[in-house]
Amino acid sequence: MRTRKIISIIILLILAGGFILTFSQIPFGKDKINVAHYYISKGIEETGAVNIVTSVVLNYRGFDTLGEVTVLFIAAIGLGAVLFTEKRVQKHASKSKDDKTKKASLILRTGSNLLFPLILLFGAYIFVHGHLTPGGGFQGGAVIASGFLLMYLAFPKQSINKKSLSVVESLSGLIFVGIGLFGLIFSGYFLSNFLPKGIPNTLFSAGIIPIIYIAVGFKVGFELTSVIDDLLGRGK
Amino acid sequence: MSLIYNWMYYIASGGLILIGMYIILVKTNLIKIIIGLNFIDTGVNILLVCIGYVKGRTAPIFSTSRINPTNVVDPVPQALVLTAIVIGVAVLALALSIAIKVYEHNKTLNVTKIRGLKW
Repeated sequence: MRTRKIISIIILLILAGGFILTFSQIPFGKDKINVAHYYISKGIEETGAVNIVTSVVLNYRGFDTLGEVTVLFIAAIGLGAVLFTEKRVQKHASKSKDDKTKKASLILRTGSNLLFPLILLFGAYIFVHGHLTPGGGFQGGAVIASGFLLMYLAFPKQSINKKSLSVVESLSGLIFVGIGLFGLIFSGYFLSNFLPKGIPNTLFSAGIIPIIYIAVGFKVGFELTSVIDDLLGRGK
Repeated sequence: MSLIYNWMYYIASGGLILIGMYIILVKTNLIKIIIGLNFIDTGVNILLVCIGYVKGRTAPIFSTSRINPTNVVDPVPQALVLTAIVIGVAVLALALSIAIKVYEHNKTLNVTKIRGLKW
């Protein structure tokens, strides 16, 4: 144990020396933008989104985002596959009979009933306005999943319908891919922005970006909810 | 003093990465090792964002007409971090589920006591 500690501290010191040598060559706070000059100067007229980060994520690097949504999907599936066994479900059922008297406190139950719709509204606001303000599908989806986590804490007995979760999740994934394929049909390459760009800085602008972000928001939100559901051990 | 001011973010992110690596190398509890992984993830994210930062400039969102293209920071690292955070959450959840299964099999989370793992 002691030798392992000493050896790992030596390794980390060598690594820290490497870090210091590297980062002393990279000045902090200086202008070193190379690729992004194009995105910053041409981004608004090419994509219609005033949030350049969004236009990079969903337009210039949209294919990358599709792959990343797939990674999240595979992680959620892998989690369900690792945790799912018949025995576990039965064990949980017998356990829940025993502690039937256990309940969350009144304050938690009332507060989460009050806050749950507001949290959903806030999440929806974040992913609908992803092309105008800081935010987007991933962040809004995480906010929605946090609302569902609050409900799970307040009502440990109840469980949401797992099937409807996976239906919404699959549909929003299909919408993402389908819009990409429409781009292939209408303007020749996958995920191209074929809808009219509109006036920048208004809600109905930026072509396909808001639609994709709404789909991503639903997908991430319900995927993280099903991850929470699996980790709590009530997955059907 | 100005040295710390200039290198604060690099020190913080490098420190987080090194602390995470120390946890992974030394600790024997599986949950603590997963927390160390999460430390490294956070450190790398902070590092990417602060490399893209330019002093005195604002976020790359042209919501008002006062912001002109010469006055914003690099959007590419921010887009990368946006996706990397979600991947980090997915990795964390998958690692925790595997930790649950390891505990069910071995009735312990101590990696030195798990048979079949030589350490």
